[in-house]
Amino acid sequence: MPRQPDQREPILQVRDLVKHFPLTQGILLKRQIGAVKAVDGVSFDLHPGETLGIVGESGCGKSTVARLLMSLETPTSGQIRYKGQDISRLSGRALKAVRRNIQMVFQDPYTSLNPRMTVGDIIGEPYEIHPEAAPRGERRRKVQELLDVVGLNPEHINRYPHQFSGGQRQRIGIARGLALNPEIIICDEPVSALDVSVQAQVINLMERLQDEFGLSYVFIAHDLSVVRHISDRVAVMYLGRIVETGSHQEIYDHPTHPYTQALLSAVPVPDPAAREHRERIILRGDVPSPADPPSGCRFRTRCWKAQRTCAEVDPPLAVPVAFQGARGPVAHDSACHFAEEKEHVAHG
Amino acid sequence: MPDTTSIEKATGTAPVKVGAPLPAPAKGRSLWADAWHDLRRNPLFVISAALILFLVVLALFPSLFTDVNPRDGDPANHYLGRPELTHWFRPDWFGYDGQGRSIWARVVHGTRASILVGFGVTLLVTLVGGLTGLLAGYFGGWLDSVLSRITDIFFGVPFLLGALVVLNAVTDRTPVVVMGALAFLGWTQMARVMRGSVLTTKQADYVTAARALGAGTWRIMLRHILPNAVAPVLVVATIALGSYISAEATLSYLGVGLQDPTVSWGIDISTASNQVRNAPHVLFFPAGMLSLCVLAFMMMGDAVRDALDPKLR
Amino acid sequence: MTTVPLLEVRDLQVEFHTRDGVAKAVNGVSYTVEAGQTLAVLGESGSGKSVTAQAVMGILDMPPGRITGGQILYRGQDLLTMSEEQRRKIRGDRIAMIFQDALSSLNPVLSVGYQLAEMFRVHRGMSRRQARARAIELMDRVRIPGARERVNDYPHQFSGGMRQRIMIAMALALEPDLIIADEPTTALDVTVQAQVMDLLAELQREYRMGLILITHDLGVVADVADTIAVMYAGRIVERADVHQLYRRPAHPYTKGLLDSVPRLDHKGGELYAIKGLPPSLTSLPGGCAFSPRCAAATDLCRSQTPAVVPVAPGRVAACHHWKETLDAPAA
Repeated sequence: MPRQPDQREPILQVRDLVKHFPLTQGILLKRQIGAVKAVDGVSFDLHPGETLGIVGESGCGKSTVARLLMSLETPTSGQIRYKGQDISRLSGRALKAVRRNIQMVFQDPYTSLNPRMTVGDIIGEPYEIHPEAAPRGERRRKVQELLDVVGLNPEHINRYPHQFSGGQRQRIGIARGLALNPEIIICDEPVSALDVSVQAQVINLMERLQDEFGLSYVFIAHDLSVVRHISDRVAVMYLGRIVETGSHQEIYDHPTHPYTQALLSAVPVPDPAAREHRERIILRGDVPSPADPPSGCRFRTRCWKAQRTCAEVDPPLAVPVAFQGARGPVAHDSACHFAEEKEHVAHG
Repeated sequence: MPDTTSIEKATGTAPVKVGAPLPAPAKGRSLWADAWHDLRRNPLFVISAALILFLVVLALFPSLFTDVNPRDGDPANHYLGRPELTHWFRPDWFGYDGQGRSIWARVVHGTRASILVGFGVTLLVTLVGGLTGLLAGYFGGWLDSVLSRITDIFFGVPFLLGALVVLNAVTDRTPVVVMGALAFLGWTQMARVMRGSVLTTKQADYVTAARALGAGTWRIMLRHILPNAVAPVLVVATIALGSYISAEATLSYLGVGLQDPTVSWGIDISTASNQVRNAPHVLFFPAGMLSLCVLAFMMMGDAVRDALDPKLR
Repeated sequence: MTTVPLLEVRDLQVEFHTRDGVAKAVNGVSYTVEAGQTLAVLGESGSGKSVTAQAVMGILDMPPGRITGGQILYRGQDLLTMSEEQRRKIRGDRIAMIFQDALSSLNPVLSVGYQLAEMFRVHRGMSRRQARARAIELMDRVRIPGARERVNDYPHQFSGGMRQRIMIAMALALEPDLIIADEPTTALDVTVQAQVMDLLAELQREYRMGLILITHDLGVVADVADTIAVMYAGRIVERADVHQLYRRPAHPYTKGLLDSVPRLDHKGGELYAIKGLPPSLTSLPGGCAFSPRCAAATDLCRSQTPAVVPVAPGRVAACHHWKETLDAPAA
């Protein structure tokens, strides 16, 4: 049963977010010879209680978006507004206060937990950094509660990470993310390192926690099936930009951007009966370097529909002209001059 | 530095995925405890630890083993006296040297200088080098650039040659002075190892996670980076300890290390080398002790490396 | 039928000596591959799927690994008992392998052209010039654009997808009868994965090679496999034709896996999740290894290891209750 996303004021508003990493040359006198345009003008909203999925292939900038949202990097330009306040350039006390409300779950359960700390110390560390969040005497009990919430044995509080399996470690990482009672959790590929049978457990846990604590998720992943399962809305990224965004039905059942269509058609479907009648769009070549992206539409070098306009005019992320009068799921933001619907790309 | 590279290699190789979670023991056991558990079962460690313990006791309480003054000689009666290998712990056990001094007493009393210099230099080098390496690796930027250049300069100076030049300028060469000279030339090696290790550790997601929680610089450095970065430094330090002892002996042999009245294996080896043709035992015992001592620390280093090596985890 | 299969693994047993004791990584695995056929070995980490392949390929780390039983028959000859020289002739020449991580499988200090040409020079005794020509031809064959210009490039100058193509080219160089691909596309993005799998399937058809595809991805398997062997805790729990297996799984583990993957074509409600964790290979549970996680487990399952039994023509399963599972309605 799909949750109804809250239509109140967005909890997070991202506007024209840009992150360029300078490329330098020379050892002593460094001079800039270019920039990797990892994120190049990304805007989206996140509403309370909803899950926004961000999908894209490696190098599309989705992980950089996560790091920017977490204030682990400072954006080159643009804004990240949390409840109306721009948090992208905060520091010191103000930044620390915001961190209580935005937390993160990492991809690799093997490197995201300090191997020299006990599970109790790992989950309890947020309280040491933010002592006002829980009085000293209550911390141990709170940590045990958190272990229980994520489905681990509270008695294992004194164990070390290497005594747990990958799925259990990911639960520990989730418990650490929950400790400060945040409103937003940024999940960067949280299940992609897990085995299939364990992945389902962790996805179910994350959905349960969302309902229980009213969390908003930004769920970043490359697995399109997982993203569809968990997301209310989806943004598809390519080479530092969002190329198409909309509700999960709009993106998966009525994609209009050729990249989204190719991406969906390439996903292997666990149904051998679908082999014969599925139509696959095989893209040519590789993703261009983000240090030197193509002019105009960034996807044009691999697109089968590309024409001269595509090289000259950068298509805006908006409802395409062709669908502006239309109602229903085709009318959603898609950054393509020649957006059109293609039937059954996501089906077996 | 072959020591560090092999550690990195060992860490880099993917463990054989025999998969499946470990059956978790009833209690939590830290990686340090695991390493200690492995260490105790390693014969290499047991032998080297016993040897080192013995040497430390010799250094601290030489009078427990001999009551003869190593500086008093009786050249008239004992000139190059042969060892009496059955006379356990007696002054003539290892024989006498060219000045009629008991070699057993000199070997026993010489331990102190070697152990003192070895441990002292290692401690200094680990503290100074470790700290600079930690700061340079963590903060990077100009601090790192400056430190790396200094390290490069030191790296160009051969360790012994440098010590030779420095100590030649000093007239009163007590153990503390020798220690200082060796540490001055040796700290950059440790700084390098620490810096490399910190740079690797800094990349770990748990460091990012701590930053995302709003942890301060000191907390990240001391709780997250240092405990995870220190293992290679410990291994290198243990092995280096042996080489500092042999460096001291070499310098003493060359006449620019410790001086009389300090008793040192290096000085004795130097004196003995003139008489080695007609009295090889004068050379054999101090040289043997030196080799045993260096070997013990090298073995210990190997054992520590095996235990801290996460290959099997 | 008297024809000898291309490769037959019979009752293979592999152990590992670890700090926690002896791990039975492969515990009585049998399968066959025919020329032109694709066998997918499906399993999670620790299921023994890769270890089995490493044993076939002769690249198992020994120690800590040890083959303690079974046969690996290549065209009827046991690779485990033949002389080292004979074995070397078959492995590498007749059987080739493709790894997940192309970057670490290629030598970073040699150009890809050199590495490809080396295969022809060592195994086929070609001249430098001839070998180089063949290398370019091969790079063309795996559709590397501008092969002639790129033949002198080094592995790091290629993208992940292109490197995987070079790996495929190396595996194909000697036109082997059998290719073992261990998670060949796991490190790649979906669009690139599609390209590489397409290429592999096409080349396999063309050369009529046998292909063993080792993967955890139920989607990739459904796309390319003819038969599937599902592994769990060192054993094959089910082996069947791909269509039959997806339509009507005979083992609860297979069924659980199929039910637990999220779908692309609809959002769906709560995912079915197999409870618990895979067992430790050093202390396997008594009876069926899956019983602690199985919803349908009975006392029989907990006490007696189920034998691998035929459940339909060309189809086996290792479950005491395969009939019930087979007849259960689809989730």
